[in-house]
Amino acid sequence: MSTTATTTIAHAVPPEAGPRVFLRRLRNGDEVAHVLTLIFAAGILLITSLLVYELWANSHLSRAKFGWMFFWTRTWDPIFDNFGAAPFIYGTLVTSVVSLLIAVPLGLAAAIFLAELAPRRVSDALAFLIDLLAAVPSVIYGLLGIFIVVPLMRTTLGPALKGALGFLPFFSGPNYGVGFLTAGIILALMVVPFIISVSREVLLTVPREQREAALALGATRWEATWQVVVPWARSGIMGSVFLALARALGETMAVTMVIGNDPRISASLFAPGYTIAAVIANEFTEATGDLYLSALIELGLVLFLLTFILNGLARLLIAATERGGGRPA
Amino acid sequence: MSSLRLGWRKTLNAVMLTLTGVAALAVVSVLLFIFGYLLYHGGKSLNWDFFTKLPKPVGETGGGMANAIVGSLKLLLLAALMGLPVGLMAGVYLAEFGGTTFAFVIRYTTDLLNGVPSIVIGIFAYSLAVLPVKHFSALAGGVALGIMVIPVTVRSTEEFLRAVPVNLREGAMALGASKWRTIATVVLPAASGGILTGMLLALARVAGETAPLLFTAFSNRFWSPGWGQPIASLPVMIYTYAIAPYDDWHRQAWAAGLVLLALVLVANLGCRLILNRRGAIRSV
Amino acid sequence: MSSAAYGDSATAAKLAPQVRMMDSPLAVSPKEAPVRFQISHLDFFYGSKQAVFDLSLPILANKITALIGPSGCGKSTVLRTLNRMNEMIRHSRFTGEILLDGQDIRRLEVAGLRRRVGMVFQRPNPFPKSIYDNVAYGLRINGYTGRLDNMVEHSLRRAALWDEVKDQLHKSALALSGGQQQRLCIARALAVDPEVLLLDEPCSALDPVTTAKIEELLFHLKDGCTIVIVTHNMQQAARASDFTAFMLDGKLIEHAETSRLFTTPSDPRTEAYITGRFG
Repeated sequence: MSTTATTTIAHAVPPEAGPRVFLRRLRNGDEVAHVLTLIFAAGILLITSLLVYELWANSHLSRAKFGWMFFWTRTWDPIFDNFGAAPFIYGTLVTSVVSLLIAVPLGLAAAIFLAELAPRRVSDALAFLIDLLAAVPSVIYGLLGIFIVVPLMRTTLGPALKGALGFLPFFSGPNYGVGFLTAGIILALMVVPFIISVSREVLLTVPREQREAALALGATRWEATWQVVVPWARSGIMGSVFLALARALGETMAVTMVIGNDPRISASLFAPGYTIAAVIANEFTEATGDLYLSALIELGLVLFLLTFILNGLARLLIAATERGGGRPA
Repeated sequence: MSSLRLGWRKTLNAVMLTLTGVAALAVVSVLLFIFGYLLYHGGKSLNWDFFTKLPKPVGETGGGMANAIVGSLKLLLLAALMGLPVGLMAGVYLAEFGGTTFAFVIRYTTDLLNGVPSIVIGIFAYSLAVLPVKHFSALAGGVALGIMVIPVTVRSTEEFLRAVPVNLREGAMALGASKWRTIATVVLPAASGGILTGMLLALARVAGETAPLLFTAFSNRFWSPGWGQPIASLPVMIYTYAIAPYDDWHRQAWAAGLVLLALVLVANLGCRLILNRRGAIRSV
Repeated sequence: MSSAAYGDSATAAKLAPQVRMMDSPLAVSPKEAPVRFQISHLDFFYGSKQAVFDLSLPILANKITALIGPSGCGKSTVLRTLNRMNEMIRHSRFTGEILLDGQDIRRLEVAGLRRRVGMVFQRPNPFPKSIYDNVAYGLRINGYTGRLDNMVEHSLRRAALWDEVKDQLHKSALALSGGQQQRLCIARALAVDPEVLLLDEPCSALDPVTTAKIEELLFHLKDGCTIVIVTHNMQQAARASDFTAFMLDGKLIEHAETSRLFTTPSDPRTEAYITGRFG
C-alpha cells in the first residue's frame, strides 16, 4: 500500500487528492515510519559523504604543498616537514602482492576441495571453521606474528629461502625476521578465509551439468574441475581475490607489528618496510605539525580510494558470476 | 604411448586432488593452532589478578587489565547505542520501504562503508570527535566503533526482514493493520531472533578492532570514569604490551589475547549455531 | 441480461443490469437476502496484464458464495480486490465499481474496510505469538477497549477451536496442527466481528477430515456474516456454498444457486468444467 494505493484510486474515482491521502496516511503512521526510517538510511549516506569530505578537507595542507609529487617522493621527514608517500605505497603493494601469491593458490585449492570433493556436511563444517578464522581479531594475528612467525623467519624460514633462492634480489640482503615477507605471510593467513568462503560459494553455483559433461567425455575429476568448473566460476573467483586484496591493503595492526616500520624501498623481501596503514597507526598520535598530520590524513585518503575501487570491482565480478555464470572463455 | 599419457593424467588427478585436501586441512589447522597456542600461553599467564587489578607501572611485574576489560565493555556499549539504532532503522527502510533508486544508493553506500579500512574510520572519528575538543575520549572510540557496527547491522537486518514470509504480513494487513503496525507488531518480532543475532555478530566484530581506537579512545593505565577521558581497551593493550620489550608484559598480552579471542569466538560460534539451526526465522 | 430477474424492487432494478445472470433468475429474492457486495464491471490489471475482464457479481448477505474455476482464472484476484489486499502488489489497479453496503470501497478507509471484511488465506498464517495474542491481535490494533478475554473465547468458540486450546492459550500458535492453525486464523478474523469473511482456498493445505470440520464451521458462521470462498475443489463448492460463480480466463461465465449450477449449468463451458473435462 505504498504508491499503488494512489494509482488504484486515481483511475476511476478521482476525488481523494494527493495531499489528503498523504495526511490520512500520516495519521495512520505509515508515512511517519517511512520518513523516520528514511532519515536513518540517509544518515548512512551522510556519514559516508562526511567521511570523504573530512579526509579531503583535512589533507588540504599536504595536497596543496606536495601535489602529485606526494606519490613519487621517497623521503618521509617530519623534522624538515618533507613528506612523500612512495615508501608506504610500495610497502602496501608489496605486502599485499606477497600475501596474494600465498593466499590465492592456498585458498583456491581449499575452496576446490570444499566445493568439489568434500561431502556436503564435511564441507559445511570446515567452511564454518574457516569463517571463524575470519573473525579472529587482527591484533591476535599480530601477536602470533611477533612471537612465532618473526623468530621462525629469523632462524629457519629465512635462511632456508636464502639458501635456495639467494641468487634472486628478492631473497638477498640481511634477514631481521621482520619485513615485507613476514608481513605478507601474516596477511595471507588473514585473507585466505575470505578467498575460500567466497570462492566456495561461487564454485557451488556452477551447474552440475557442466562437470558431468566433462566427466562423460572421459576427463578425470581434476581435469573436469580445473578445465571446466574453475573457468566457469572465473570472474567470481577474481572477485574474491579483489576482496582479499582490498582487505590486505587496509589491514593495519598485524602488519604494523611485524613489518619493521622503516620507510624504505628495498627489493629484498627480507628488508623491513612500512605500509600506509602502519604509518598512520604509528605516527598519528605523535604528529606534531599541521602539515605532518595533513600528510598522514592524505595517506588515509589514498588508502580509502584504493580500497573503494577494489571493493567496487570485486562486487561487480561476484555479482556477474552469480547472476549469469561464466561467459565463454 | 596413450596408456602412458593416461597414467600421467591419473597421477596428476590424484596429486592435485590430494593437494586441495592438504590446503583445506592446512587452513583449518591454522585456526586450531591459533587457539591452541593462545590457550597454552595465555592460560599459563591468566590469573585472578588479570581480571581485578590495574596495570603496574613499567618495570614492575604483576598487575592486571581490569580497566581494559571494563573499557572494552564501555566502548562496546557506546558502539551499540550509536550504531545499532541506525543500522536497524536503515535495515527496516531497505527491506520495507526500499526498492527505489534511493534504496539502491543506500545499499551501495553501506557496502562501501563496510569496506573502508578500520584505520581510515579511525581518522574519521578523530576528526569528528577528537579534533573539536582537542583530547582523546571514550566517546570518540565509541563513535569509531559505532560507525563500523552500522553496515553489518543494516545488511543482516534487511536480510532477516526479507525472509519473513509474505503471508504473515498479509495476515496482519487483512485485519486492518496499517503498514507500520504490521512491521512493528508482526514482521519485526518474527525476525527478531535473526536481527539480534546479526547485531551481536556486528559487535563481536568490532570488539577486536584496534586500529580505530589508537587515536580516538587512546589508552589509559588507570580507570577512566565517565565518557570524556581516554580509556583502555583489550585490543589496544594487547598491541602496546606485545610491542614492548618486557617479558612480563608479553605474558599479559597472551592472557589478554586469550580473553579477547575467547569472547569473539564464543559470540561468533553461538550466533552462527543459532542461525544455522533455526534458519533464523521462526517460519510458518 | 434480464432485469426481470429481480422483480420490481427498486434496489434490484438499479442493480440488475449489472448482473449477468443469463436466463436463470435467482430463486432468492433480494428482500430476503440483501446484497452485501456489488461488483460492477470490474477490470483488474497487473501492470499491463489484464487479469479480470468486465466482471459483475452480487454477493448476497448471509450466504456462502463460492468462486470456482481453473487455476489462474482470476478468482483469487477478485477475492483479494474485495478487501483491497491487491494494493500490496506494485503496479496493480482496477477499474469498475465495488460497493460494500452501497459504499464505494475505494472511498473507505482501507484499515476500516479490512476490519469489516476479514480474510483467511490459503496457507494458515498464524503470527509467531501465543494463541491468545493471535486472536486478540485484530482487537488490539483496532483499539478495542473492552474485555479481551471474553472476545478471545467467543471467537475461538465460533471457530470451533475453544475446546481444543482453552488450556493452552498462552502457548505458541505455531505448535498447533495445520487444521488447528487454520481455524485459529478464522478465529483471528472473526474476533473483530467482520461483516464479510473472505476465504482463499482455505482447505487446500489440509486433510479431508479437517476440511470437513471447516466446511461445517462455515455453515454455522453464515448466520453472522457473509462468506466468499475461493476454491478449485468443486465438491467443496457443491457441499458448502449457497451460490457459485464460475470463472474462466478472467471472465465470469456463470453465476447461480449452487444446486442449479451443478445440476443444470446453462453455459457449455461450465458444464465442461464441472464434469471434469478441463481444469
